Amino acid sequence: MQGRWKQMEDEKSLLISARNLVKEFPMENQRTLQAISDVDFDIYRGETHALVGESGCGKSTLGRVLIKLLDATSGTIMFKGTDLGKMKPEQFAGVRRQMQIIFQDPYASLNPRMNVCEIIAEPLITYGLTKRKADTEQAVRELMQEVGIPAEFINRYPHQFSGGQRQRIGIARAIALHPELIVCDEPVSALDVSIQSQVLNLLKDLQEQYHLTYLFISHDLSVVKFISDRVSVMFLGKICETASTEELFSHPLHPYTMCLMNAIPKTDPHARSDNAEILSGEIPSPMNPPSGCRFHTRCPFAKEICGKEEPVLQDVGGRKVACHFPME
Amino acid sequence: MSVLSVDNLKTSFFTEKGEVPAVNGVTIDVPEGKIIGIVGESGCGKSITAMSIMRLLRHPGKIISGSINLEGQDLTKLSEREMSEIRGSKLSIIFQEPMTSLNPVVKVGQQVSEAIRVHTKVSAAEAKKMTVEVFRRVGIPEPEKRYDSYPHQLSGGLRQRVMIGMAMVCRPKVMIADEPTTALDVTIEAQILRLMKILCRDYGTSIILITHNMGVIAEVCDYVYVMYAGQIMEQAETYDLFDHTGHPYTCGLLRSIPSLSENPKRLYTIEGVVPNLLRLPKGCLFCNRCEEAVEKCFTERPNLYGVESTADSSCGIHAVRCFQYAGEVEADGR
Amino acid sequence: MADVKELRKKYTPDMQSEIGESDTFPDKIKRMFRQNKLAVFSFFVILFIIFAAIFAPLVAPFDPYTQSLKDRLASPNSMHLLGTDELGRDVLSRIIYGTRISLVIGLVPTIISMVIGTILGLISGFYGKTVDFIIMRAADIMLAFPSLLLAMVVMYTMGGGLVNIFIALSLVNWAGTARIVRAETLSLKEKEYVEAARSIGVKDIVIMIRHILPNCLPSLIVLFTLNIPSAILSESSLSFLGVGAQPPSASWGLMVVKAKKYLFSQPWLSLAPSIAIMIVVLAFNFLGDGLRDVLDPYLKEQ
Repeated sequence: MQGRWKQMEDEKSLLISARNLVKEFPMENQRTLQAISDVDFDIYRGETHALVGESGCGKSTLGRVLIKLLDATSGTIMFKGTDLGKMKPEQFAGVRRQMQIIFQDPYASLNPRMNVCEIIAEPLITYGLTKRKADTEQAVRELMQEVGIPAEFINRYPHQFSGGQRQRIGIARAIALHPELIVCDEPVSALDVSIQSQVLNLLKDLQEQYHLTYLFISHDLSVVKFISDRVSVMFLGKICETASTEELFSHPLHPYTMCLMNAIPKTDPHARSDNAEILSGEIPSPMNPPSGCRFHTRCPFAKEICGKEEPVLQDVGGRKVACHFPME
Repeated sequence: MSVLSVDNLKTSFFTEKGEVPAVNGVTIDVPEGKIIGIVGESGCGKSITAMSIMRLLRHPGKIISGSINLEGQDLTKLSEREMSEIRGSKLSIIFQEPMTSLNPVVKVGQQVSEAIRVHTKVSAAEAKKMTVEVFRRVGIPEPEKRYDSYPHQLSGGLRQRVMIGMAMVCRPKVMIADEPTTALDVTIEAQILRLMKILCRDYGTSIILITHNMGVIAEVCDYVYVMYAGQIMEQAETYDLFDHTGHPYTCGLLRSIPSLSENPKRLYTIEGVVPNLLRLPKGCLFCNRCEEAVEKCFTERPNLYGVESTADSSCGIHAVRCFQYAGEVEADGR
Repeated sequence: MADVKELRKKYTPDMQSEIGESDTFPDKIKRMFRQNKLAVFSFFVILFIIFAAIFAPLVAPFDPYTQSLKDRLASPNSMHLLGTDELGRDVLSRIIYGTRISLVIGLVPTIISMVIGTILGLISGFYGKTVDFIIMRAADIMLAFPSLLLAMVVMYTMGGGLVNIFIALSLVNWAGTARIVRAETLSLKEKEYVEAARSIGVKDIVIMIRHILPNCLPSLIVLFTLNIPSAILSESSLSFLGVGAQPPSASWGLMVVKAKKYLFSQPWLSLAPSIAIMIVVLAFNFLGDGLRDVLDPYLKEQ
């Protein structure tokens, strides 16, 4: 274990690395909800790593735990080689600005009582990057231009903008500090299709320009295919499979990945899934995960061992799968 | 034969800022036993069309003109009392968020039974039997047990099934589904879409499916209406719409969707945004975003023009609201 | 392609940008003025009252303290439009001077108690746990007592007089504000823009002041306009009970007290100050309702 850490550090391309992450939420009746269960996760510098899954899989929680918006119940998170858990608050402030987040809901992620300038300037002011008002405004205008919002609207309020534009404002706010990592939590899910493509193109452009690393959380596999380099599929708090985008889409190893891809309604009537096998049954509740492999109650290929023993995330030719019988 | 036909419907909202023409001359034909899709982005008027058909418009919305014919009756001319007899029995609707459509303090089975007894004279026991049966039909496991569940005890997919059950139990002629799977996970969405196809076939109920998701349309619908800023821009059989797309908006929409089979570096985008309904352009509503626009598009509004269709039209013709197709047969002279 | 862009500029120039029209705070106020005639009328009534209070010496026909025993208990006539009281003082002038006391009583304790309540409510809602528990239990205790009784206790201990009324009313009324602000804070704290601020690394206090407090403002404004009449009424009640303003102060409450004896013989003596109280209270209430209708996000139009 120690040796593997060292090797990755030497590679210097590992940005965030988490081991044995667990996040629990207390519920009524003394029960706890384990949103993330013993997860190992790596993000490499410069990549767009997508996190996909359905509701209850823990992807949003994982994103927030990795950048310490939520505190993990247990586990380690290493950022650029330093253990985040062991940092003092003053040290952490320096790290905090390198990890930013873009939210899903363009209507809720901007303070309705602050105008665009104030919203985008907040990170700049918090870290004292600009002192004079004129400098701040200039910096804000530049950021607005980067994301495609006309600078003349610098004093307008969020409700005067459309959803897509609000999302752009949120993006401007996130890149203001030139962070290393941006967690994108379903950034286009709430947008119309014709706006989605605008924002996705923008995210790609910004990544190139600022050498950003993205953790892209989404439930939409087609969006993921466009924007990501690597994909991790989550189910009920566990990672089922991690692979490069190309490998995952051409040749999924985990049954759940395959079922997800089959379930997406394709924009081609000739490809209707009239008789294809679709997943039956409900998604199990994260409060009561099934024994053994968490997917076994819905898995079309489940065997007896799947209900008894939980499969471990294993290396399979450069990819990772957690399945007793990965598909060929 | 059309079981429901909406004829040049116009619905506006009279707000303090002016009249908002949310539905601006919409004509829809729903044949028996088919699934009709209405697709469009937010603000295009598809949900308002559904609410107009159901006569569930809220102040300050009003139907200004047009007719809605269900089995010979014009729904726009009915009183509220007559309308409430039709709702739930001949015409039903399910919404995106079942949690807000179901009463949280009443058991789900009871809610469905109540709905039955509003429209048919059966005993409570009989209604319960019918409820359990419809639960079984919509794929709710252990239907007798589920009768006694409360909405919050059910998952999103199960709640939606309850809603579908409630909507189907009186064997309506038409069921409207307004974004029924938008709030559901993808694997549950696939189940619900398949369920709707089965129900349509088994009960002979026509379904009007409203969505913004072109994939859902492709998956499930027989005929599609594409709406934009309150008007129908294109209508065609599903295969025709995807294979021989006519309107620049529909083309743009389809091109903007990231596909699972290609690997573009950048996605196609439609420039601009939907116009403010208070300040619509004099010309085609899409003129300020259309790459193929000519001068005429900015000064005159196009009608729906029929396009020669290569598929057998059992549902209807392929019509496009674009001057490129003018000069061919006019679809409806409007 | 270039053609298309030119055509767009020519025919749809105002559709090039899609930013909506202004609907800021001042616009909302303007909208209220357009739609809610009652609120507008009330606003002008209040303005008039403020004017009367500031320019009382110029507006009032007589000095409110000058006694004239030979003219006592006169009915309304051409010289004394509202008659005179039991000491011959002009009632109208006393009413006019009374606006000063009412307004000050209305504003000062309300402001102080709302400031205290807002701070405590913010801290309580934001930090939760023990702090929240302590503050809320204190608020519960305050709310459990009839506030008038508490104010009376304070007045008895400290004696009468306006300053003591201020203190009494300020101390007693913070709990309602604290509860409301705490409730707003609890819900606002979960908003994504607050999460965004935390992800930027903004400090807690700054979050409370920059993000949470401004979004509580609509409720606070409405609460303010509704608490003012409540304070005025409290003062009137306290004076009526003898523990408020002291004679010869021209407080409306005191005027009602002194007119008790003459309720049926010289009804104008009790009617005039009572109606004055009623007008002020109603005016603030209607204005508060009007403000709430335009500012309250839950009543937003579709």
